[in-house]
Order: sequence, then C-alpha cells, then structure tokens
Amino acid sequence: MGDAVLSFCRDCLRPAVSRGRFCQACGSPRIVRHAELDRLSIAHIDCDAFYAAVEKRDNPELADKPVIIGGGKRGVVSTACYIARISGVRSAMPMFKALEACPEAVVIKPNMEKYVAVGREVRRLMEALTPLVQPISIDEAFLDLTGTEKLHRDSPARTLARFATRVQNEIGITVSVGLSYCKFLAKVASDLDKPRGFAVIGEAEALEFLADKPVTMIWGVGKAFADKLAADGIRSIGQLQRMEEGVLMARYGSMGQRLYRLSRGRDERVVEPREAAKSVSAETTFNSDLGRPDDLVPVLRSLSETVAHRLKASGIAGQTVVLKLKTADFRIRTRNRRLDDPTRYADRIFRTGLSLLEKEMDGTKFRLLGIGVSDLTDLARADMPDLVDPLAGRRAVAESAMDSVRAKFGRASVETGYTFGRGNRGRPERDDA
Amino acid sequence: MRVTLERSNLLKSLNHVHRVVERRNTIPILSNVLLRAEGASLSMRATDLDLEITEAAPAMVEQAGSTTVPAHLLYDIVRKLPDGAEVSLSMTGEKGQMSVSSSRSRFTLQCLPETDFPDLTAGAFSHTFRLPAETLRMLIARTQFAISTEETRYYLNGIYMHTVEDGDKLKLRAVATDGHRLARADIIAPSGAEGMPGIIIPRKTVGELQKLVDDPEVVVTVELSDAKIRFTIGSIVLTSKLIDGTFPDYQRVIPTGNDKELTIDCQSFAQAVDRVSTISSERGRAVKLAIRDGQLVLTVNNPDSGSATEELAVGYDNEPIEIGFNAKYLLDITGQLTGTEAVFMLADPGSPTLVRETSDDDALYVLMPMRV
Repeated sequence: MGDAVLSFCRDCLRPAVSRGRFCQACGSPRIVRHAELDRLSIAHIDCDAFYAAVEKRDNPELADKPVIIGGGKRGVVSTACYIARISGVRSAMPMFKALEACPEAVVIKPNMEKYVAVGREVRRLMEALTPLVQPISIDEAFLDLTGTEKLHRDSPARTLARFATRVQNEIGITVSVGLSYCKFLAKVASDLDKPRGFAVIGEAEALEFLADKPVTMIWGVGKAFADKLAADGIRSIGQLQRMEEGVLMARYGSMGQRLYRLSRGRDERVVEPREAAKSVSAETTFNSDLGRPDDLVPVLRSLSETVAHRLKASGIAGQTVVLKLKTADFRIRTRNRRLDDPTRYADRIFRTGLSLLEKEMDGTKFRLLGIGVSDLTDLARADMPDLVDPLAGRRAVAESAMDSVRAKFGRASVETGYTFGRGNRGRPERDDA
Repeated sequence: MRVTLERSNLLKSLNHVHRVVERRNTIPILSNVLLRAEGASLSMRATDLDLEITEAAPAMVEQAGSTTVPAHLLYDIVRKLPDGAEVSLSMTGEKGQMSVSSSRSRFTLQCLPETDFPDLTAGAFSHTFRLPAETLRMLIARTQFAISTEETRYYLNGIYMHTVEDGDKLKLRAVATDGHRLARADIIAPSGAEGMPGIIIPRKTVGELQKLVDDPEVVVTVELSDAKIRFTIGSIVLTSKLIDGTFPDYQRVIPTGNDKELTIDCQSFAQAVDRVSTISSERGRAVKLAIRDGQLVLTVNNPDSGSATEELAVGYDNEPIEIGFNAKYLLDITGQLTGTEAVFMLADPGSPTLVRETSDDDALYVLMPMRV
C-alpha cells in the first residue's frame, strides 16, 4: 500500500502498481513516481503559454499554427505558443526578430481583459484547493496544501493532478505543476516538465539536483548578479554548496545568505495569500512617436476609462494619479499628483492626468503613454461631494450612466467627445502585422 | 564683508529665513541666503521666487559688504555652535569663499555673487494697513486648515482675503476651502483696507507667516497689490506673490435654509470625537452622528479593528437624523472653536452642514457630510 501512494497515474489517478512506463489501468504514460510523493505539499502552478493558450482555445483554427501574442510591429513578444517556440521565438523578444525567426506566425494583439478573466477562473479553482494561494502573476501562483489531506481525502500530489485535469477540462488551457517542500524548488520544478507537466523535487535529492544547475536558477539572481558571480569564478550552484555562509555573506551581504540557503535547498519563505494591489494603471505604446495634444489627449482619456473600469470592477479608488511617459529616446517620465480624496472616476483621473500631461507636451515626442492611480483605498472616502465644483457631481452621475449603458451594450456603445471618431477608442490607427 | 554677532541672534533670524529655501533646487542661487552687513546689523534674505523673507539681526560690522552662501548649511553650522558663542563671518582672501568662525571652530563656505540673487521686492503696493499680530494669527488659524493641497485647483491652494460690507461695517474676511469643508473668518477691516482687491495668499506663505506672528505684542504692517503682498513684523519682512486665479463664489455654498439646529458643548464634543476616532486606523474615516431629542450618539466603525460609541447630552428638538462626517475634518473645526458652545445647522445627511459658535459670529465653517 505504502508504495502505491508514491506513484499514480495523472490521468486516472490510480496507483501505478507495476514499474512499467504506462498505467496498467488506462494505458496513459503520465505516471508520477517519487519517494516523497505523500509528504510534499508546496506547489507552484504555471499556465502553459498562457495568452497563446487562451487565444487557441477561443479560435480552434489556430491550434496547429504558431501563435505569437504581442504588440504591433514595435512591440515585443508577450507569449509565444509552443509551436512558435520551436522556431526560436521567445518571450520579450522584439516582434521584428520573432517574425524573422517564424515568418508564418499568427500575431495577435493581447486582450488583457480576457486573460485577466481566464486567470481569475484558474485562481478560483486554486482557491478551492487551499486558502493559501499566493499569486505571482496573472498565470502563476504558489499553493500550500499542507494539511488539506482530510479536506480533499487525498494527498496534495493527487489533489494537484486532479486540479490540472480540471483546469484543462473546465477552462480549456493547460498548466504545469511543480511540487516540492519549499517555494524555491516548487518553482524550479514547475519549469522542468512543461507543458502540461508535473515535476517533483524531494528533500533527499535537493542538494544533488541543484549541484550542476547554473546560479541563475536561484531566485533573485538575475543577469547582473550572475555576471558578478561569474567574475568571482562561480557558475554552478554546486560551487555555492561548498562555500561557507560567512564567506558568502561577507562578499555579497544579505544576498550571500540567500545564496547559501537556497543553494542547499533551504527556503523558509511561506506561501502568503495575496497582498492587495498597490496601484491600478494602463498604458500603451504607439506605433509611431506622438507629441501633439490632438493625438495624446484622446489616448489619455481612453486609458483613464480603462483604469476607472478596473477600479469600479474591484470596488476600490486611488488617491494619487500617476502619469507615465516614455520619450522617443526611451527616457521614462513619471509625474504624479495627490488628490484631496480618492477617486474611481475616469473623469477625475483624466482631468488630473491632463493637467500633468499639459506640462510635458512641449514638442517632445513620446512612444508610450500610461496613466494610473496609487494609494488605493476602499470607496468609503472616495469621490466626496464637492462644495466648490457642483459640476463634478453631475459629471460623476453622467459617468455612472455611461457605465450602465456600457454594461448593457458593450464598451464601445457610448463614449465622450475626447475619443469619439478617433477609431479604436482614441488610440491612433495601428498597422498591426 | 566682516561682521560679528551673537549666535542666538543669528540663529533666530536664520531659523525664520532658511525655511523658505527648498531643499532641492535646480537654480543654485536659490539654495543660498543673501547676507548683507551694513550699519549695525546683518540682514539675511532667502527666497523661492514666490516668497521672500528678510530679517535683520544686530551685529558689529567691521567691514560692510554682502554675499550669498548655502542657507541650510549655514543654519546647520550655527545651530551646532555652542550656546552663547559669538560668530564672525568674513570673506576670505580666496575669492568666492566666506569663513564662519566661532571660538575654535572655523568653516569655509562657497559663495555665489550677490548680484545673481533674485529680487522679489520690485513693484508698488496699492494698499497699506496695520493690524495686531494676534488678530492676524487668529484669522489665519481659523482658515488655514481648510486650504486645499490639490494642485489641479491651484486657486484653492491659499486663503482668499477680501473686504465685505456687513451693514454699515466694513470687514476683512479670510476664506479657505478644499471642496469638502470651508472656513470663513471675519475681522473689522483695519483702516487702509478699503477698496483692496480680493487676493489669494499661497499656502506656503500662510504657513511661514503663522510661524512669524507668535509675538502678540507686535503690530504687523500689511502692504498689498493685486499681485503681491508684504508683511512687516518687527525686523522681519515677508514678501510673497499672490495666486493668480479666481476664488470661487463661496457664498453660494454656505447653506442658508438648514433648519435642524444642534447645540453642543465645544470641549466635550471635541474630546468625544477625538476618543471615538481613535478606532479608525486611517485618517479620515467617518464618524456617525445619530441625533435625536437632546441626545447625540457618536459612532465609528472600523471593520479592521472594531467600533466605538459615545453619548453626549446636546441641545436638539427636531426630527431624528443620522449624518456622517470625516473625523479629521470635525477635529480641525472643533480645534478652532474657542467659545463654550457651538451650533450645527443641519439639513439632511447628504447636504452641507453649517457650524458656528453661539457667541461669535466672526467665524463659520461648512462641512460636507460623508456616506455612513
């Protein structure tokens, strides 16, 4: 019996009784075997090529085509499906390079609202497994399933396998699961067997597993820090395993302590459920650099509406309006202004953003414009009635009326003069590839 | 320039003057204080281009002259010198340097030429009047808290000062509002104020002025035009640009038809509000006022930490009403109520409420309710 728990088929969930490659019950090759399988309960779940997977789900014609999700010609690749990845397309690659590598790729503009909605569905299923879900981004999260055996009447491993199947059946995308005893190795594991993977790293094998891996696998070691380590002759995690904690700390400070611990597979960080968002924002990169108010103001209005829409959907408001600009020569300018009371209205976000933008429109050309709010609060104190500006109240009523119309007839059904007739809700025409 | 003066005199004046200087400046000379030694005094001047403070301190001038040195640096040096010390300031042989010496300490500071220092004082004033420092302090204190900090509406970022005719009397009136509350305070207009333009005194100027009028014995001379104002307080001269904007028609927002009259004891009300608002973790949570015959119940609910309730005996004989106010705004107002009794004139939970003292018609406050 004991051995039966330590291996199972991910498709039929029955114990794999023999040592064979296939499940004796259903014939599936997807057998999980691990000596610590019934003891591990920290998981990292990552959706496979998330944006591309959602688009393929919604348009089956794309199923066997290379699909790239990303901005227009000037944008970068957000996600490439696994077919496109065969040609060498990678995330964050400039779009023109991606298209050189894979000219037949279908490029799709990201539809963030859709992805956010799908991401939420996945998260809802995660939260059915355990309250300890720590989202890292829209498509990945850590889960702590410790102590959920009785609730699910099963081990965390099999609960996760069941979850992966459920996501595939109910939502129509696939996920990869990494299971371990700590967050660091769970995250590492989820990457080992992608897509549709299920990888397990146990405590007993951690040291040996890590020894020949590059230092960049350690959480917090980016390119710059890896270069620094390489300059000191350190490339593999195994080298770190042979070094003293004191030496590492003396050399690299608090990061040295992290290197010491993580290289030995020691990670005490706990899975913390979601922290509240700190800001809500929206931005867009133009196809060609823009500097005229006629071009920028409609975009600002449209982005303000997107931000307001998200605030209203979450029942929150923000007190500081933040304008973000990237000039043609890639300099980022951010300007912010604190309001007397928090707001959730596009009208106030736009007006405040506009007064900030006006000072920046000095002939400079910009490639990116963004607007957002921070200092988020609940609605209790938001949009207080205004003694001095009685029209503010009427504009708020008008905006609520527009929201009702949009809720019924769609976002494009009503818009203000700022964006009307500007095509694509105020954004300049885009010549998407 | 060579001048010697007592540290305490230098420190007191620098303390007034250096606050005007912004910590970060793109124009180097604005980080400096202008020092000018002549006659029997050292005058110090600092500016941020909108506001300028000049103050003279008694000094022994061996050689008249002037220069400019970093203001915060000089202030920090003088602050750290021992109490009772004498400080000598003199230009060194090295061009563009000033030395600060006191007993065994000696500092050398980089100077910038006096000629580069901006002058804000040009231009004539159309009106001049004098009023006791205490009167000016009261006028500011009663309105300062309601000044808006939201830069989008720059014309609310100050106190609107103007004259109004009240029967046969002319009054000098200060008004400030941030859109959520409004404060209005009157004094009998001093002679010379007749016909003055309505002016908006910027928040920073108001803040500095408030710190300079601490001596109730002093009489302040006010000179103004439609672009500038100057206050002379003893040896201190504060000159400021005014906000170039139109203050909104505030009379329109002062409710006149509110018929529900609530009379409270200022002190016990303020203390009660302060107590119940302890429970609100963030500033600006609502205090609910449930009012019925002779009784007021104050409630604060904070889903994160708990709730608080306090009952007060009040004067009220109208139909029961429940209304919410921002706790901080209430405390700001109660902090200015100097008398024993105050009156809240209420209409309904969604309309502006009027607050004033029963014994004093010179100040009134309008407060926008909050949803509770």
